[in-house]
Amino acid sequence: MNSAALLEAQGVTLQYKTQQHLVTATYRVDFSVHKSDRFVILGPSGCGKSTLLKAVGGFLKPVEGSITLAGRPISGPGPGRMMVFQEFEQLMPWKTVLGNVAFPMRVARRLPAREARERARAALETVHLAPFADVYPHMLSGGMKMRVAIARALALEPEILLMDEPFAALDALTRRQMQQELFELWKMLGFTMLFVTHSIEEAVTLGSRILLLTAHPGQVRAELNAADLDGVDSSDPRFGKLTRRIHDLLFGAALLAAPADA
Amino acid sequence: MIFCSAPRSWLRPPMPEPVPAAPADPPERAEFERSPSDIGTIGAVEAPLARGERLFGNIAFRRALVLIGIAVLWEAYGRWLHDSLLFPTFTDTLRVFVQGCLSGSLSGRILTSLRVLLIGYVAGVALAGMLTTLAISTRTGNDILTVLTAMFNPLPAIALLPLALIWFGLGTFSIVFVLIHGVLWAVVLNTSAGFRAVPETLRMSGRNVGLSGVRYVTQILMPAASASILAGLKIGWAFAWRTLIAAELVFGVSSRSGGLGWYIFQAREELETAKVFAGLFAVILIGLLVESVIFRAIEARTVRRWGMQR
Ligand SMILES: Nc1ncnc2c1ncn2[C@@H]1O[C@H](COP(=O)(O)OP(=O)(O)O)[C@@H](O)[C@H]1O
Ligand SMILES: [Mg+2]
Repeated sequence: MNSAALLEAQGVTLQYKTQQHLVTATYRVDFSVHKSDRFVILGPSGCGKSTLLKAVGGFLKPVEGSITLAGRPISGPGPGRMMVFQEFEQLMPWKTVLGNVAFPMRVARRLPAREARERARAALETVHLAPFADVYPHMLSGGMKMRVAIARALALEPEILLMDEPFAALDALTRRQMQQELFELWKMLGFTMLFVTHSIEEAVTLGSRILLLTAHPGQVRAELNAADLDGVDSSDPRFGKLTRRIHDLLFGAALLAAPADA
Repeated sequence: MIFCSAPRSWLRPPMPEPVPAAPADPPERAEFERSPSDIGTIGAVEAPLARGERLFGNIAFRRALVLIGIAVLWEAYGRWLHDSLLFPTFTDTLRVFVQGCLSGSLSGRILTSLRVLLIGYVAGVALAGMLTTLAISTRTGNDILTVLTAMFNPLPAIALLPLALIWFGLGTFSIVFVLIHGVLWAVVLNTSAGFRAVPETLRMSGRNVGLSGVRYVTQILMPAASASILAGLKIGWAFAWRTLIAAELVFGVSSRSGGLGWYIFQAREELETAKVFAGLFAVILIGLLVESVIFRAIEARTVRRWGMQR
């Protein structure tokens, strides 16, 4: 049982139907995420990473292939797959920080108000936001809003945490700090996460396993291990080596094709 | 380039171009480092504003000053004109108003009007909430509501009153029907616009925790659209109040317990201009009160507190 994957995507093709076009976002993508993985999906902007994550979240149905979570096919959105989005709008502006974190527990776990609030307080404690529990989200900085969103998702103890470029809208300093904090949280709680990014550095810093997607429409290019780089500084030669390898895998083909284009 | 330089040469005689001075080297300065002082000492640097400053910072106070100014002008003009049949003074109007309120002749009319208004308004808002909730869940429902709104929103409510009188006869229900029409479409229009503007991310994070159907609408869409919904409620209120007074002015004659509009109409019949003024005064006063006290308080407690509106 231990060898069975938690999340299994097989030959997943995802399409959008617009007024005029049928856009293929990803083409026959396979990957499997195991328990406690820090699984990163990495690819250039527009390659269908968000689409893939939305499909895992249950917001979108594959036109081909299947996605299963612990053997069950995914049929719709559910609190077992909590999403953290890039946009700050994911927080409800009409609820306090504490209310935002407690709300999903009330709705999805049907916890009584007292217990939900207590758990929410504990979750805020772990992301160092306890003093801001009674503040409304519009008074927080971007990084703090993101920490609230992460606390909200983790407090629900989802089977898998889905993160769509959560730090892309933050400034460089805050981003570094958030990556560090997320890694610490993972060491403490050992959750499973599926993390989407277009930044090679972020993928190498955070990921234990990295899925590389080609440019639009996204297809699997490679799947690499990065777990041995846990806690390694970006100045380490191994970090640079993996970064370069990913860079070559993603852009090497494009570089060869470029002269023909030009 | 052309736009920058050409007009100058037309307007002014050509002047010798100033020769740009060579940038001077900035002076050499010593480096330094500091250790920041304790935040505690800086954080406490705040002093209360002077009383006058606080008073003038108060919106209610400033607006009240404007109102007092208007009252003074009114009084002055009334005294100068000295014709109570044409233009009673502010104090005369106020006297009639207060007397009317004390004796019940005016306050009774006001209460009658407000009761009808409240029935119509609440019914209209409830209907609007139901229709929009139903409409957003299906595409057909949405299409139907959009077309209906486009049809009926431009139709002045008062224009429906003759029809209402034919259908429902003279009485409160005809007026309530017209009020519902006045409120309904304005609220529907704003509410559905607000729903459509809810960010995709917020929708998804609502569905993520398993919300759907009516709970999704009431717990995610409605609060997220609360700024638009409040705007709709305000417009609906203004429509309803105007429509009510107009309806009472025109048709309130025959209903036994007339409202404020009927009071104004009667006062004109009796050539009691001060009473006409007192009636209008009451209309304005209630309008101001609802707008700047009730709605303002709701806004301060909701959308402004949540940072959704300044
Ligand atoms: N709602 C949509 N309707 C139509 N096309 C879309 C929609 N969302 C994304 N796409 C298209 O699907 C492709 C993948 O998008 P996305 O998954 O957002 O990329 P990524 O997250 O990797 O940057 C892009 O070509 C984009 O234009
Ligand atoms: Mg994306």
